[in-house]
Amino acid sequence: MSLLEVEDLSVRFDTDDGPVHAVDHLSLTLGESEVLGVVGESGCGKSVSFMSLLRLLPETATVNGTARFDGVDLLRASGSRLRQIRGRQIAFVFQEPMTSLNPAFKVGNQIGEVLRRHLGLSRADARARAIELLHLVRIPSPERRVDEYPHQLSGGMRQRVMIAMALACDPKILIADEPTTALDVTIQAGILDLMRDIRERLGTAIVLITHNLGVVADVADRVVVMYAGRKVEEAPVHELFARPQHPYTNGLLGAVPRPGAGRLREIPGRVPSLAELPRGCAFAPRCPRADEITRSNVPDLRSIGPQHLVACFHPGPDVEAVA
Amino acid sequence: MSFVDTSAALTVNPRARRRRLLRRRFARRPLAIIGLVVALAFILAAILAPWIAPYSAGATDFNALLAHSSSKHLLGTDELGRDVLSRIIWGARASIEAGVLATLLAMAVAVPVGIVAGYYRGWADAVIARLTDVLLAFPFLIVAVGLAAILGPSLTNATIALGIGAAPALIRVARGEALALREEDYVRAAVANGASDARILARHVLPNMLSTLIVQATVAIPTAIIGEAVLSFLGLGVQPPTPSWGVMLADAQSYLSQAPRLAVYPGVAIFLCSLSFNLLGDGLRDILDPRTTR
Amino acid sequence: MTEPVLEVEGLVKHFPVRGLGAKGVVHAVDGVSFRIGRGELLGLVGESGSGKSTVANCVMRLVAPTAGAIRLNGTDITRLSRRALRPLRRSMHMVFQDPYSSLDPRMTCGQIVGEPLDVQGLARGRDLDVRVSQLFDRVGLRDELRFRYPHELSGGQRQRVGLARALAVSPELLVADEPVSALDVSVQASILNLLRDLQEELGFSCLFITHDLATVEYLCDRVAVMYLGQIVEVAPTRELFGNPKHPYTQSLLSAGVVPDPEVQRSRTRVVLEGDLPSPLEPPSGCRFRTRCPLEPRSAPQSHDEEPPLVDVGDGHLVACHLVRRGETPDLYRPLEVAR
Repeated sequence: MSLLEVEDLSVRFDTDDGPVHAVDHLSLTLGESEVLGVVGESGCGKSVSFMSLLRLLPETATVNGTARFDGVDLLRASGSRLRQIRGRQIAFVFQEPMTSLNPAFKVGNQIGEVLRRHLGLSRADARARAIELLHLVRIPSPERRVDEYPHQLSGGMRQRVMIAMALACDPKILIADEPTTALDVTIQAGILDLMRDIRERLGTAIVLITHNLGVVADVADRVVVMYAGRKVEEAPVHELFARPQHPYTNGLLGAVPRPGAGRLREIPGRVPSLAELPRGCAFAPRCPRADEITRSNVPDLRSIGPQHLVACFHPGPDVEAVA
Repeated sequence: MSFVDTSAALTVNPRARRRRLLRRRFARRPLAIIGLVVALAFILAAILAPWIAPYSAGATDFNALLAHSSSKHLLGTDELGRDVLSRIIWGARASIEAGVLATLLAMAVAVPVGIVAGYYRGWADAVIARLTDVLLAFPFLIVAVGLAAILGPSLTNATIALGIGAAPALIRVARGEALALREEDYVRAAVANGASDARILARHVLPNMLSTLIVQATVAIPTAIIGEAVLSFLGLGVQPPTPSWGVMLADAQSYLSQAPRLAVYPGVAIFLCSLSFNLLGDGLRDILDPRTTR
Repeated sequence: MTEPVLEVEGLVKHFPVRGLGAKGVVHAVDGVSFRIGRGELLGLVGESGSGKSTVANCVMRLVAPTAGAIRLNGTDITRLSRRALRPLRRSMHMVFQDPYSSLDPRMTCGQIVGEPLDVQGLARGRDLDVRVSQLFDRVGLRDELRFRYPHELSGGQRQRVGLARALAVSPELLVADEPVSALDVSVQASILNLLRDLQEELGFSCLFITHDLATVEYLCDRVAVMYLGQIVEVAPTRELFGNPKHPYTQSLLSAGVVPDPEVQRSRTRVVLEGDLPSPLEPPSGCRFRTRCPLEPRSAPQSHDEEPPLVDVGDGHLVACHLVRRGETPDLYRPLEVAR
């Protein structure tokens, strides 16, 4: 039984240049206390799709599809129902911890505010719980930190505060959008450990949106790879890294420098603009396996192994790039 | 190495593309278009006054003193029987001239000063920045009135006074832009190229602040137009019998109870003219804002 | 050994801060020394606040150093005026991090690439066009892109333009400040490969600044690790990655993520406690001591004495009291994967 079931999610933005299909028929599921990695580059729709689930997108966006969570279709739920879910059962952590925190309030009050609004705690209880939460996210001397302002904290600390705030109401799902991208590696390591810890101790399901394959390799159970608004591959983490099927996944894996590996693989061309997508497979113009079929047809997702889906006419593990 | 580019078919001439993009954005802003049309109408009226005004500005019609509007005098006449419509059209000359020239003068002073202050920093910047702060502490009109009083009443002097009065605000804008631009990587790259300061300022700094300056200029024009009206109203600008909206307002004072329309028409002209430039300026700000690129 | 292309000695850069009441000095770079040989790629690695970009800006003389010496081909450029520097700018150029802000939006890409040649008086008119064309070809850009504006290009293409501009004057030293970190992963590889190919072809020396260890390992001959304004370890790349000695280098290496779940999940990770100290008041003695897991072992020496950067053999330099005492830290052992 899965916790969240997204089916046929499409997001369209009406812009000056005409409609832009940011997300195109995306389906995915999230199991209880599962860590799902969602990987893709800028503009692939990875953030937009999850923001659309909680209706956090601007009004120029049209969202279609269904998203079942706890017996409710999030995309059709009433505003008040959604407000109960948002922040309380599904919580968000954003990339930039500085802009997501209000600089004018002490961190303790910001966490306390969430607790008082959603759980109706008293001021004193909220403070005590805020200290507990800061402790949970392993902020040293939380009794002191609770009375500090965001600018007094380092980037890593702020991201921990954001996570503490997200965990305030003991949510079932934590959606973390590039939570470590703005952070240094040594800080990132701590945040990743924390994510793992949260899942193990609290059983929270986590959606980890990132462009960094290393981060996914570190904490995810299952991985969804997105390209140009579509899901191009999905598999359990070990399967995906051991037997990548989509040429884009293969390309990404070959493009990251790693110890002992030879020359980096290049993916020619550029990430496509969503306003000017090619007719067939969106990856075709950059794909070493592209042919006539690929250029004129959009491949459907198909199963090619246990829990392994791929949207490609010519799937298979690495075809060596013509160097 | 293979190289695929998806946008290959799109472009021929980038300048033409940019112009097309700007036109398209402009077309989506009806208020800016209205502003442009009305402003252009005022400018044309000023230029073409001798041909389109029904009468000359000083022509009197003693058969129609303080007349209501009629087919002969569309907006009626004043106490000397002068045609109000004609005087408003002729008056546009003083307003537009003062507005545009004062703004050009202000830019000519402000841009070099602001750029030098912002780009070089140092003590010169400190002095210039504090000085503009002091000048900005005085209301624009007070400065202009003071200067006009010193220079003596005439349209030219009023224009100079308005130009100098408008300069501090523009210095501040130009300085701020230069301050931001000097930190841009492409300016640092120019330093790394070994380019001289003069070249950096002329090739990289000035062109990149141009759109901001154009917007500022468009917004400064209506302020100067109102300023001209005020100075003329106070007798520090255009001297009667030369028509000007400010002069017309001053003349209308004595007949406010009998013929309030004499004050209303030039008032409306001032209002429409400055509003149109402001709408245009706001539109340009949106259109030229690099953040709305694309 | 032949004369190094770049020699930096005891470089210091302090930024004065004036605030309400608070007055202080940001110790951005505090005594950094290194040299880059002809045709050598030196990676300068550090996290935010380490001062690595300030080193780049000082070397390029985009900011004036507070103290120390920078010698380019033996010429001391530390105190030269902007005017006196201009002819020397043929010998060095820079690639910036942000491909969006480093190209003048009002110029065509051809003009941008041609500008250094024009400024230096190396080419004019028809000759300039030909040279620019050649440069476009060399960095893998189609010739017609010369007439496009930067905003019409993708991030990767723009970075190629930036690279072409930097290489236009055939500099002996290229300073690259995080040239790929603003790009999409799929585009990074092609820029890194290009940089490597061009270096082999043209033989320039390179100061490559990055926070990404994997990139350095791929590209550089030697690596210097910076922490809070100082270099804590320098070694040839293989040596540094295979045998890191400084506790900071060790924790940095252990924290990097590898895109392979088998490897990644079996690694030991040293998580550093605490925050980066403020560069306004760097710690006394060893700057890393406030976060060093081995601080109990190195105290009190690490509190009183700044560890010097000493050679421990084969060009491997470390600034750590423990290493000097022969108690080399052992927080992290690199896995011997296909090395």
